[in-house]
Amino acid sequence: MIAVPAVALGGAVGAVLRFLLDRGITARWAPTFPAATLLINVTGSFVLGVVTGLSAVLGPVWTLALGTGLCGGYTTFSTAMVDAVRLAREQRAGAAVVSVLGTVLWSLLAVAAGLTLGSHWAF
Amino acid sequence: MSGSLFKDAGLVALGGAAGSLARWWVSLVLPAGSGWSWATFAVNASGAFLLGLLLEALTRPGRERRGAHTARMLLGTGLLGGFTTYSTFALELWERVRSGASAAAFGDAVLMLVAGLAAAAAGLAVGAWLRGRRRGTPTAGAAR
Repeated sequence: MIAVPAVALGGAVGAVLRFLLDRGITARWAPTFPAATLLINVTGSFVLGVVTGLSAVLGPVWTLALGTGLCGGYTTFSTAMVDAVRLAREQRAGAAVVSVLGTVLWSLLAVAAGLTLGSHWAF
Repeated sequence: MSGSLFKDAGLVALGGAAGSLARWWVSLVLPAGSGWSWATFAVNASGAFLLGLLLEALTRPGRERRGAHTARMLLGTGLLGGFTTYSTFALELWERVRSGASAAAFGDAVLMLVAGLAAAAAGLAVGAWLRGRRRGTPTAGAAR
């Protein structure tokens, strides 16, 4: 039952990290492209890969806290989709396509790199 | 705005904890087999719809009101941001690629992204409709 607070705490920390990073990037550079969400999803995918690769070492509770909680709460699919639709509606279809395809491709590479690294460390 | 940073972070933390628990619960109810994950699909598609609906319904011309700001932090950035996940989606795609099912992974990715974009667009449309109905005036073309 320790798993419940582990996921909740991980999710809370992940969501706050996402909020602070997004606000920081938006405040500093005021990007016209949703770069913060892209960065968050790619880095979160990398960390989930590392955590999954290390899961045998971490054990079930830490894997839940860091994987399901932290990485799940940190990354967001809903914001990526709403941002892309809003870009398309602002006649910026090119930016929308780049954000959708860029996020999925970079996240896939990141999770693969993380998994390789995590599995390597696990030995 | 800087004075409310701690309060905003608290709202986001609360929402993020609840959203992550809800996502975990869905993954236990809809366990993934060796291939396609209904849990990730259900969570991400429904979350994209609800976030579109929420953000559009809360949008008003001019300065954001306090209640709308609180709802956006707690329910949008916190709850729905924490409920949906990109990392698990990427991990499940990669596991498909690694098991040699690259074509299936490509199909999964297209399905998830098309469904997510359609859900977000539908949510934005419903949110705009709700906003117009509450104000009693049509909002088509209104600046956000």
